[in-house]
Amino acid sequence: MIHIVKKEVPKARDKIIIRVISILAALLVASIIVIFAQANPFQLYIGIIQGCFGSFYRFSATIEKMIPLLVLSLGVMVAFKMRFWNIGAEGQFLLGGVGATLVVRLFPNLPLPLMLLFMGIIAFIFGAIWLMIPAFFKAKFGTNETLFTLMMNYIALTLVTALQYDFWKDPLAKGMPKIANFPENALFPSLSVFNASIFLVVIIVIAVYYFMNYSKKGFEISVLGESENTARYIGINVTRTMMIAALVSGGLCGLVGMIQTAGVSGTLSVNITGGLGFTAIIVAWLSGLKVPFIVINSFVFAVLLQGGSYIQTAFQIPGSVADMIQAIILFFILGSEFALHYRFVSDKKKQEVA
Amino acid sequence: MEFVFFLSAAVKAGTCLLFATLGEIISEKVGHLNLGVEGMMQMGAVIGFIAGYTFGDPYIAVICAALAGMTGALIYAFLTVTLKANQVVTGLTLSIFGVGFAAFFGENFVGKNVPMAIVDFFKPIKIPFLGDIPYLGEIFFDHSMYVYFSYILVIVVYFYLYKTKWGLNTRMIGENPSAADASGIAVDRYKYINIAISGALCGIGGAFLSLVYISVYPVNVVSGRGWIAVALVIFAMWNPGKAMLGAYFFGALDIASFWLQKYNLPISIYFFTALPYLATVFVLIFTSMRKGMSKKEPAWLGKNYFKEDR
Repeated sequence: MIHIVKKEVPKARDKIIIRVISILAALLVASIIVIFAQANPFQLYIGIIQGCFGSFYRFSATIEKMIPLLVLSLGVMVAFKMRFWNIGAEGQFLLGGVGATLVVRLFPNLPLPLMLLFMGIIAFIFGAIWLMIPAFFKAKFGTNETLFTLMMNYIALTLVTALQYDFWKDPLAKGMPKIANFPENALFPSLSVFNASIFLVVIIVIAVYYFMNYSKKGFEISVLGESENTARYIGINVTRTMMIAALVSGGLCGLVGMIQTAGVSGTLSVNITGGLGFTAIIVAWLSGLKVPFIVINSFVFAVLLQGGSYIQTAFQIPGSVADMIQAIILFFILGSEFALHYRFVSDKKKQEVA
Repeated sequence: MEFVFFLSAAVKAGTCLLFATLGEIISEKVGHLNLGVEGMMQMGAVIGFIAGYTFGDPYIAVICAALAGMTGALIYAFLTVTLKANQVVTGLTLSIFGVGFAAFFGENFVGKNVPMAIVDFFKPIKIPFLGDIPYLGEIFFDHSMYVYFSYILVIVVYFYLYKTKWGLNTRMIGENPSAADASGIAVDRYKYINIAISGALCGIGGAFLSLVYISVYPVNVVSGRGWIAVALVIFAMWNPGKAMLGAYFFGALDIASFWLQKYNLPISIYFFTALPYLATVFVLIFTSMRKGMSKKEPAWLGKNYFKEDR
């Protein structure tokens, strides 16, 4: 008989080979849908690449799409490290946006550096609170955080809807339900085609890498993720560690709310997340919760997103095709994980080992 | 009188949620948290409408919708059961896929009417005797066949889970898969079958929206109701009977903002939109606080079972 057994830690080379094969297989399957959409799959895939790297402007658009995804993925990763399923990144992102907008509305005349700093801090705190509520109940009563954080997304979405359509609706927008655009002093200054938030993101990546790998708290979070009993045994305060991880995780996701409002959209709206909070969960997971791989995978996904929006205009193809291609690639990568972690063994061999 | 109308409308609005919730209960009972409900409902809604529009036959439409939902569920089952992929991530991906799928295949049908033959088949029918009960008759027994089908399904699902050997085995797998495996239950086969049924029910729930609830096919017919169904499973504490009550309560909240517009209430109508999620959060907290009570949540929910780990 044939058995399935767990593999030892997979080699980096195997990982890359399996990933590439699964992406190619996914593109093959996705071609069926592309043909349905009356396009040439080969041209379309070339189009995706051109849409991302074809010009300096398009490349900068790719980076712009990568930034929120990268920070969100880093955020959820911190929580995932302790086996805390934060799938509420969407909500924390929105709440961060609410925090940033609140600062702009309360103190519209702050000078630019102070304004951005203040917006960032409040966005971080708002996002952190949004995750610390479920974390508190998880730590105290063992409340299921997967479902709790999922619900928090929709509470946040309703809050932003209410703000956009009612409480913060711009009276000058001629009845259009939108929140007023931020003033000049609340926007990231642009440097050629990039905006200045890119520096902030570089700092965040380094800080998170350091926090997770070299700080005491980061170590405690990892231990807690490995085994709660071990954590208690070596004297880690479980509740405190969980709350700190939630603070960092939710805070980073909240910060994205500020980065996007002040850097890209110029105001808060219900569409600001674009589902990135969910994509980030997938990115963090596929990266094995390791910072360098998160950076690489965020870029790969940004290519898919930017390429997807480019082919809409260039090939007159609906955006839903890009969504489906993305999902099919994910299905294949998720399935290919199996080949990394398990292998087949026949009874004969097993006996030899024994 | 208007209140009776409102409640009757709430039952109708809750019916799509009820199908999906029953489906997700079955899936979660076997230990699989499938966050792809939204995706499976979307697939069912669009395929159900296309089949109904093309063939004009209500049976074919509903069967196709069930198969579409089941297809989504089988992708999920293959990845999580056979290939042991992470359930949360796979479910989210299924939702992304289903939303894209529905947007793509539904694009050419936006603005098209549900064919007359189907509208006629699913028109409200008053049940004799039961329909004559004051108030209750109007609220529950003056509906489409589709709604009555959901009533029967509640009983069937309850019976399946709690009164049959298959249901017992299913629940045992959700609580303790290695014990189930040791006692000779074919764990993987049970998981596949339950997840497939769950997907079919989600598809049927989606098709209720596109075939009965609306008359003209809109851009996004499901629009997030799948997530409410996920919430509803917890709200109902994995119990089919409570799921029925919960579905109508959430259905009432779904239409509340529309009905309450004219009353100039002191609270924002958006509060009612958030209420299903808030209510679910409270249920989550209270069930986890009552330590002494039997836990309703399947013990192995969200965890994959790997035989050789036993």
